[in-house]
Amino acid sequence: MVKQEIQLDVNGKSYSISVFPQETLLEVLRENLGLIGTKEGCSEGECGVCTVLLDGLPVRSCLLLAVDVRGGKITTIEGLSEKGVLHPIQKAFIEHGAIQCGFCTPGMILSAKALLDGNPFPSEEEIRIGLSGNLCRCTGYIKIFKAVQGAAL
Amino acid sequence: MDYQYIGKSIPKVDSAQKATGTAQYINDLSFPNMLWGKVLRSIYPHAEIVHIDKSKAERLPGVKAIITAQDIPDGLYGPFIKDEPVLARGKVRYIGEPVAAVAAIDRETAEEAIQLVEVEYDELPSVFDPLEAMKSDAPLIHEDLSSYFCIFPAVQEGNVCSRTTFVEGDIQQGFKEAGLIVEETFRTHMQHQSYMEPSGAIALIDPSGKIIIHSSTQGIFITQSRVSESLKIPMSKIRVIAPNVGGGFGGKIETNVQPICVALAQKTGLPIKVVLTREEEFTAGRPRHPTTIWGKLGLKKDGTFVAKEMINIFDTGAYSDDGPGVTGFGSLMARGPYRIPNLKIVGNCVYTNKVKSGAFRGFGNPQTGFASESLIDMAAKELNMDPLDLRLKNALVPGDHSVGKQTIHSVGIMECLKKAAEALEWKQKKGKCRGRGIAAVNHISGLLTVSAFVRINEDGTISLHVGTMDIGQGSDTILTQIVAEELGVPLEDINLISRDTDAAPYTWATSASRLTYTGGNAVRLATIDAREQLLELASKQLDENKDDLMIQNKKIFVKWDPEKGLTFHQLGAISCWVKGGPIVGKSSFMVETPPFDRSGFSGFPFGTMTGYIFAAQAVEVEVDVETGKVKMIQCASAHDVGHAIHPQNVEGQIEGGFVQGLGYALTEEIVFDGGKVINPSFADYKIPMAMDIPPITPIIVEAYDETGPYGAKGLGEPGLVGVAPAIANAIYDAIGVRIKDLPITPEKVLDAIKGKKVTIPWTDIWKKNF
Ligand code: FES
Ligand code: FES
Repeated sequence: MVKQEIQLDVNGKSYSISVFPQETLLEVLRENLGLIGTKEGCSEGECGVCTVLLDGLPVRSCLLLAVDVRGGKITTIEGLSEKGVLHPIQKAFIEHGAIQCGFCTPGMILSAKALLDGNPFPSEEEIRIGLSGNLCRCTGYIKIFKAVQGAAL
Repeated sequence: MDYQYIGKSIPKVDSAQKATGTAQYINDLSFPNMLWGKVLRSIYPHAEIVHIDKSKAERLPGVKAIITAQDIPDGLYGPFIKDEPVLARGKVRYIGEPVAAVAAIDRETAEEAIQLVEVEYDELPSVFDPLEAMKSDAPLIHEDLSSYFCIFPAVQEGNVCSRTTFVEGDIQQGFKEAGLIVEETFRTHMQHQSYMEPSGAIALIDPSGKIIIHSSTQGIFITQSRVSESLKIPMSKIRVIAPNVGGGFGGKIETNVQPICVALAQKTGLPIKVVLTREEEFTAGRPRHPTTIWGKLGLKKDGTFVAKEMINIFDTGAYSDDGPGVTGFGSLMARGPYRIPNLKIVGNCVYTNKVKSGAFRGFGNPQTGFASESLIDMAAKELNMDPLDLRLKNALVPGDHSVGKQTIHSVGIMECLKKAAEALEWKQKKGKCRGRGIAAVNHISGLLTVSAFVRINEDGTISLHVGTMDIGQGSDTILTQIVAEELGVPLEDINLISRDTDAAPYTWATSASRLTYTGGNAVRLATIDAREQLLELASKQLDENKDDLMIQNKKIFVKWDPEKGLTFHQLGAISCWVKGGPIVGKSSFMVETPPFDRSGFSGFPFGTMTGYIFAAQAVEVEVDVETGKVKMIQCASAHDVGHAIHPQNVEGQIEGGFVQGLGYALTEEIVFDGGKVINPSFADYKIPMAMDIPPITPIIVEAYDETGPYGAKGLGEPGLVGVAPAIANAIYDAIGVRIKDLPITPEKVLDAIKGKKVTIPWTDIWKKNF
């Protein structure tokens, strides 16, 4: 198999990377770009810990081929804080105790960001729907809902 | 008492790195020349290994090593009974058992290589149901059971690897005095921990020959000792370091891939990474024991409990792992938080040809608790009593005894029951097809050991060395709060050194809800020791009486003359460079008192336990009688934690535990076809999602415990324990049908509504005189 050269825009920086056609976006982010904040929990599109934003919408990076997202704008958890200043959603997660083991957190925060970008004042029901693709086994979700509500305020 | 840090919900010390994605977990680490390891697993539940042919796999480019049992030492390992080899030796005992392992240049090559290893098997008869496995003619899964090393005097017979019995009072007499006897058989199922981070490890060998293991674990010292015993490597040659751990819930206490990883590193001399796939997690992890439980409760006509008998059959799968402990502890807790003078509880831990079960939040208590708390509601119905009142009538009060006759002083169960019920407006009228149910829980949080050093650095900052693992439950924050409280220093001055066997003193694992109570005690005592040494040094330097000194803002000074004093910085420097020697406070804490009266115990695999904790879960449900679907309307979970050191964290544990309990009660189940798991993915194994979460009220009850740090006790596990029985009881309250086997699926509810009898296999086992 031959590698292809692709352009990726990740967190506002543009990269040109050579990838195999079967390589997933998750693999490229973690292994080629060293962006380990995006996690791998199942590789089958079922847990959501690999969630990143593609043109502002949450996607499961384990299901997408890197070659298919050429030209798209990707945001990972590393792209959220600016110059060490945390994004309000990150702050809210910390403040509300919405983080336990933290493995679901990057994906959860990105799903929350997509939700709040499109709907700045979501109801609790809308928050649940917005986060329905992200599993968390530690928190029971309640403090996560509160954090998202808190970030919206 | 006024505290500066205790009782305050400060931001957790590790939250910022987790929120920014900089926290590193096992799969985020890599080393130069690192290889990927992959495990070849058995496809038979019970079979002799006739021959293994590695040649084809060895010829695949990129393959660096292939190992089988022949290539590694023949050590057996396990926490209670040393019965498990690293790679199957002679025969396999479950589908998924490691048979060979490959190291290759990347993940894909390793995966391809294991497909090329050819194993010839000769199938043996297998047994999957523990009741069948207990029959005298069942195939023996471990022929050499009696020769295995056990860490306790195990009672064994056939496929029963451990039988624990508790007897108190006179059980026959007790039942004679009973005006009502309820009796039933219950079944519980296999649940997976389903932490979001799959298990994994990296092993490498440093230039001195020391083996370094980066391990996703709940206990660095457990990884160290299991690798040592299985591969016969001295512990002094093994260093275990843990990165952040993405959840454990008991499943990562014992080792999984670590010994295999080490064996591959030894063979190749290169760093090896093995991370399980989600499918391997489901098929070859260590889920919660399925059980079959027969219980009988005797009561006086006024509701007073007089006798209880229970036979618990825990299906431990192919290896004992934590099974003897789970069986023993689940059986110890089976009395519940009640006074019952006459008692006989027998727990059997039974081998079958399925994946081994192990530790999982609750440790046997959710299974026996489901049976016990269901029985109580059945009795309440017969007596026409409110189930809450029946519980309150029999609930423990301070000064009552544990099984094993320890006096328990800190007992908040009454308050938990009352508050959980109140939160649901227990006595109010309910809507159609709605019902309320409650369950009471007892557990422990004092077990085994934690040691800690508190060091005052030259600049007056603090190093806390303690081998505890924060797997998300928050112990790093709690233990840091304790040091800050005792020394009056800000949190950022404390360097917590906890995840390295070469840097932290021995600590048993993150388990048994024990780090606040057991770990908190150790850290508090070590900090007090360091503080006293600081005061001692200051008193000498200032030539003042120690009692006349006080500590504030990192300074020790004379109470009535704040100008006369020395800063921590000065004292740290003096101790290191001038006088007295470096200050190291130390504690080696072991839970030794109060001991159990063991006269009625047999085969119980633990020493003493303490730090009793209590909880009550209450739920309101609505049952759709057309579909059998159970809708959670509202829930409350009240926990006696002694004293909440970090209330927000306590709530987090209550909520997380409750939701994991919801999954256990309603949707999660590892399903087998024979010995094969048929739903090894999150698509088919349903853990609760954001859409499924009902309103849950967490309630903190504080029955101060004099033996805990600042009165605190633990809470990690009980949040899950009472959920399933509370729901089963609520369903009964709603529509008058009792569900006796978990999980409570719509099909089971419908079947029960239709009056279909649940066929729980009833063998002569219950009549057997254990
Ligand atoms: S890793 Fe689980 S959805 Fe992508
Ligand atoms: S915090 Fe552990 S999975 Fe969400």
